[in-house]
Amino acid sequence: MNLTLKIWRQQDANTKGKMVDYPISGVDEDMSFLEMLDVLNEDLISKGEEPVEFDHDCREGICGACSLQINGEPHGPDRGVTTCQLHMRMFNDGDTITIEPFRAKAFPVIKDLIVDRSSFDRIQQAGGFISVNTSGNTIDANAIPVNKHDADDSFAAATCIGCGACVAACKNASAMLFTSAKVSQFALLPQGRVEATDRVLNMVRQMDEEGFGNCSNTGACEIECPKGISLENIARMNREYIAASVKK
Amino acid sequence: MSGMLNSTIARKVAMSLSALFLLIFLLQHFIINFTSVISENTFNELSHFMGTNVLVQFLMQPILIFAVVFHFVMGFILEIKNKQARDISYASYKGSANSSWVSRNMIYSGLVILAFLVLHFIDFWFPEINHKYIEFAPEDPTRYYHELVEKFHNPIRVGAYVIAFVLLALHLLHGFQSAFQSIGVSNKFNATLKSIGKFYAIFIPLGFIFIALFHFFNH
Amino acid sequence: MAIFDSNIPQGDLAKKWTNHKNSIDLVNPANKRNIDVIVVGTGLAGGSAAATLAELGYNVKTFCYQDSPRRAHSIAAQGGINAAKNYQGDGDSTYRLFYDTVKGGDYRSREANVYRLAEVSANIIDQCVAQGVPFAREYGGLLDNRSFGGVLVSRTFYAKGQTGQQLLLGAYAAMNRQINRGKIQSYNRHEMLDIVIVDGKARGIIARNLVTGQIERHSAHAVVVASGGYGNVFFLSTNAMGSNVTASWKIHKKGAYFANPCYTQIHPTCIPVSGDHQSKLTLMSESLRNDGRIWVPKKKEDAEAIRQGKLKPTELAEEDRDYYLERRYPSFGNLVPRDVASRAAKERCDAGFGVNKTGEAVFLDFESAIMRYGKEQAIIHGNPNASEKEIRELGEKVVENKYGNLFQMYEKIVDENPYKTPMKIYPAVHYTMGGIWVDYNLMTTIPGCYAAGEANFSDHGANRLGASALMQGLADGYFVLPYTIGDYLAQDIRTGKIPTDSPEFDEAEKNVRDQIAKLVNNKGNHSVDYYHKKLGKIMWNKCGMARNAQGLQEAITEIKELREDFYKNVLVPGSAEGKNSELEKAMRVADFLELGELFAKDALHRNESCGGHFREEYQTEEGEALRDDENFKYVAAWEYKGQPSEAVLHKEELEYKNIELKTRSYK
Repeated sequence: MNLTLKIWRQQDANTKGKMVDYPISGVDEDMSFLEMLDVLNEDLISKGEEPVEFDHDCREGICGACSLQINGEPHGPDRGVTTCQLHMRMFNDGDTITIEPFRAKAFPVIKDLIVDRSSFDRIQQAGGFISVNTSGNTIDANAIPVNKHDADDSFAAATCIGCGACVAACKNASAMLFTSAKVSQFALLPQGRVEATDRVLNMVRQMDEEGFGNCSNTGACEIECPKGISLENIARMNREYIAASVKK
Repeated sequence: MSGMLNSTIARKVAMSLSALFLLIFLLQHFIINFTSVISENTFNELSHFMGTNVLVQFLMQPILIFAVVFHFVMGFILEIKNKQARDISYASYKGSANSSWVSRNMIYSGLVILAFLVLHFIDFWFPEINHKYIEFAPEDPTRYYHELVEKFHNPIRVGAYVIAFVLLALHLLHGFQSAFQSIGVSNKFNATLKSIGKFYAIFIPLGFIFIALFHFFNH
Repeated sequence: MAIFDSNIPQGDLAKKWTNHKNSIDLVNPANKRNIDVIVVGTGLAGGSAAATLAELGYNVKTFCYQDSPRRAHSIAAQGGINAAKNYQGDGDSTYRLFYDTVKGGDYRSREANVYRLAEVSANIIDQCVAQGVPFAREYGGLLDNRSFGGVLVSRTFYAKGQTGQQLLLGAYAAMNRQINRGKIQSYNRHEMLDIVIVDGKARGIIARNLVTGQIERHSAHAVVVASGGYGNVFFLSTNAMGSNVTASWKIHKKGAYFANPCYTQIHPTCIPVSGDHQSKLTLMSESLRNDGRIWVPKKKEDAEAIRQGKLKPTELAEEDRDYYLERRYPSFGNLVPRDVASRAAKERCDAGFGVNKTGEAVFLDFESAIMRYGKEQAIIHGNPNASEKEIRELGEKVVENKYGNLFQMYEKIVDENPYKTPMKIYPAVHYTMGGIWVDYNLMTTIPGCYAAGEANFSDHGANRLGASALMQGLADGYFVLPYTIGDYLAQDIRTGKIPTDSPEFDEAEKNVRDQIAKLVNNKGNHSVDYYHKKLGKIMWNKCGMARNAQGLQEAITEIKELREDFYKNVLVPGSAEGKNSELEKAMRVADFLELGELFAKDALHRNESCGGHFREEYQTEEGEALRDDENFKYVAAWEYKGQPSEAVLHKEELEYKNIELKTRSYK
C-alpha cells in the first residue's frame, strides 16, 4: 500500500506546531498502525530527519499509552481497539490519513503526537483508592461477600486503561467517562462504599480543576472507548455526586 | 450543599432540572393550545384561568421565566467552558462517527429556539403584560381565542413558527433523554426513556405545528 | 565490598519467615520520617513496595519511564494470581504451593524464599480485596478460583483475562493514596541511568527526565530496583516496547551480581511473527490449552501445501494430523508446562512441519472442543438429535463465553476467524527468571540496594509456573521488602539527608552525560532498531529455546562484534535535550548488548538442561531435558569485571531439605 500521512509536528510544548505531509510506500496490510509509523520513522532517520514522536508501550491494547487521533477519531476507525491494535487492512491503497495528538486543554502536547495525560493521574490521586493500609493485617478476603452482578459491573468499570480516548472523542473534551469509571468501580463494592461520599466530591473537583469540559451526553466517549466503558458509569457518578452534595 | 454551581456536574444537573421543568411546561402549553382546535370556549376558559390565577401569574410565571433564562444562560456558559476545554481544535474531527448531529449541536438548535422565543414574547407575552399590568385593561374572558387566531394569519409568522418547532424537535430528540442521564437515572431505563423521548420530541412540536397550520388554513 | 551471603534464617522452614521478622531491627515511626527510599519501577513489585514503604512513614520517590505508574507492564498479565487459600477445599496448602513452585522451577530456586512466597500468598488476596480489586466471584458472593498450568488444585484467583491490570491498578491506587498524602513523590517519564554508591552503600541514582532531557540527581538511604525483566534482549518478545534491563544492568556494573541470566521463559501460545515489520509479539493466555488441541500435519508435503495456501487445515483428514503433545506426553497432553510445550513446537517446526508462511507456527485447534461442548449443550437443551450445524453453533457459543475476548483479539491481529479455522501459534519470549541476585532480605550484593519482582532472580528457579509472577511481585512489594528493608535502614536513623553534591554524584552524573553525548554525537549510519533486531536474531537463534555450546560460543563473539559496531555506527537523531525516544532506545540497547553476552556466557557454562534452559547436548534419548544436580545445583551469580566476557562466577549452592529432588516428568 502507498499512503499519504498528514502528521502533527511540534518540537515541544512551547513551540507552535503544524501538519506535515509524508508519503509512505510499502505498507503491508498485516502491519499494525504503530508498525506503519515505525517504518516511517526508520525512513526519516535514514534521511537524517527527526522521527515522529508518539506514545506507545505494551502494543497489545492494555497499557493505555498509545493515543493518536486518526482521521478524526481516537484510536482510528476500528471499534474496541487501541491504536496499537489497529491494523492497516482497515485502510486502502492511496488513502490520506490524518494523524493528530489527542486534543484537550488538560492534555498539553509534549512533542509531536505525545500529550501529557498526568491530569488523569491527579484525578485518581484525589480519591481513586480505598484507604486501607497494605500491612497484610486485613480481614480474610471471603469475609466480604460481594453480589456477583455488582462485582462484574465493578470489574467492567475497572477495565478502563486511562488512554484518554473519551476526552479526545468528546466535543467538550470532558473526562466524565474516565472519572466515572473509577468512581463506579468503588461505588459498587462494599469496601468502597465507606468513602464513597468524599471520593466522588474530591475526584470531580480535581477533574474540574484540570480544565476538562462538561458532559453533554453525546455518547461519543462510549463508542470510542477501546474497552467499551459504559455511559451507565456517568449516570452512576451523577447520582453519587448529587447524593454526596446533599450529604455534605 | 457544597458550592453547587461550581462543578461541572452541578451545572449539568441544574441544566437538566430546568429542562425537565420546561418539558412539563411545554406539555401543559401544548394541551391548552390544542383545545383551540377543538373548542373555542374551552380554550378561552383555560386561558382565562391561566391569565388571571394569582398562583399561576405570580408564582409559576416568574419560575418559568427564571427557568427559561437560566436554561439559556447556563447553555451559553457551558458552551463557552466546553470550547475552552479544547484550546486547539482538530484539523480533522469526525463527530458523525460516534455521536448524533443533534447531540453535538444543541447550542444551535437552542439558538433558533431562543430567536423564536423572542418573537413569541413580542407576539404574545409583551402585549399580554401590557394589557394586564400596565394598561390595566378590563379582562374579557373571550379575547384569547381571537388573539390566537389573528396571529396565525401571517404566513411568514407561521413559517417561522414551523421552523422553530422543527428545531425544537431536534433539540428534544437529544435533550429529553440527556436530562435524565444528567440527574443520574440508571441506564436500565434507557430504552424506555428513549422511546418516550422520541415520542415527546416528535409529537409535541408536530402538534404545535398542526395548531398553527390549522388556524392558518381555517381562518 | 560485595556481600555474597544468602542470609537464610536458621530453623524450621515453616517458621523461618516469622522468626526472621521477629528478630530483625525496626525503625521507629518518628525516625522513618527522616529516611528516604528510592523505588525504580512502578509495576506490581515497585508500586506495591512504594505504597507500603510510604504508608510505614518513609519518604519515597518513585521513578518510571512511562507517563504514569499505571502503565507498567505488569498490566499485561492475563491469567491470574496463585494463592494457597484453599477456598475450594481441594487440599491446597502453603506446602503444596511451595512444592509446586519448586518442582515447576526444576529445582533451581531457594527453598526458604519459595516457602515464604507461598506463606504470604494468602495475604495478597486479602489485601487486594480490601483495596477494591474486582476479582471474579461466584453467585454466592465469594471469590472464584480456576486451575492453571500443570498443578492439581484450583488456587488461581482471576479477574477475567485482565488480572495483571486489576492488581496493578490496585497497587497504583495504593500509591495514589500516598501521593495524595505527600509521602510519595512520583517521577514519571524518568529513567534511572545509574546508581550512586557512597562509602560502599547505595545512596542515590542519576535519572534522566525524558521530557526535558535534564539529568537529575536523587539521593536516598536505600534504592529499590523493581524494573522488571529483560526479555526484550530478544527484540521480539511479549514485553512492552520500553521494557529494559538498564536499571538492573547499571547496578550490576556497580557491584550487584547478576544471577542465572540464561533462565528465560518462552511462552508456547503467542501469535506468530507475520513479517519483518513485526515490533512485538502478542501472548494468548495459557488457558486456551485447556480446550485447544495442538497439531501439525503428519506429512511434510501437506505442511508445504498449507504454507503455500494450496491446502486448508480444515481439509486435512484426522489421520493425517500429528497431535504431537498428546503423542509425546499422554498423561498431561496439551497441558504440559510452558517450557515443554514450547520446545515441542520448535522441534516440529525445525523438522519442517511449520504451518505458516515463515514455517514457524503450529495449529491450536478448537474444533473438537466446539463439537464436544456442542453435543453436551444439545443434550442439556433436550435436543439429542441435533444436526451438526446446530451442535457447532451451540459449541461455538460455549467457546465464545470462555475465550471470546482472546478469539476477538486473534481475529483483529491475524484477520482469520478462529472459530472456523485453527489458530496459528508459536512460542515467544515472555518472562525472565534470571535477574539481580538478592539475599533472603531481597538485598543485592550492594548494601542498601534491593531488587524486587521480575528484576530479581529469587523465586522461580529455572522455570516459572503460570499465575506466579503476579504473586511474587506483590509478595515482594507488599509483604517482604517493607519488613526486611527496616533491618538495614535501622542503622541510618542518624545519617540525615544524603547530599547530592558529593564527588560520587559528580562522577556518576558525568558518566551518564558522557554516554549520552557519545551516542548523540556518533552520527553513524544505522538506526538503533537495526542493532536491536540483529541482537534479537542472534539471541533467538543461538540462545533461544534450545542452545548448544557451539551456537553459544558464536553468540558471544557475534554479540561482542555487534556491540563494537553499535558504538561505531549507530545513528541517534535529535539532541540530548527534550524528548528523544531514539536516544532512550539507544541507551537501553547499549545495555542489552552487554547483557546478551553475559546471557550466552551463563548458558554456555551451565552444562545441563533445566527448566527454560535447554542444552541440546543434555537431553534424554526421547528428547527430554537432562538435569545435572551433582554439578549444577547452584545459583550462578556473576560479578561484573569491566567486560561481560570477564564476569566472575560465584556459586550459591542450593539445598533441598524439605523436598526431594526428582526428574520432572509429564509423560
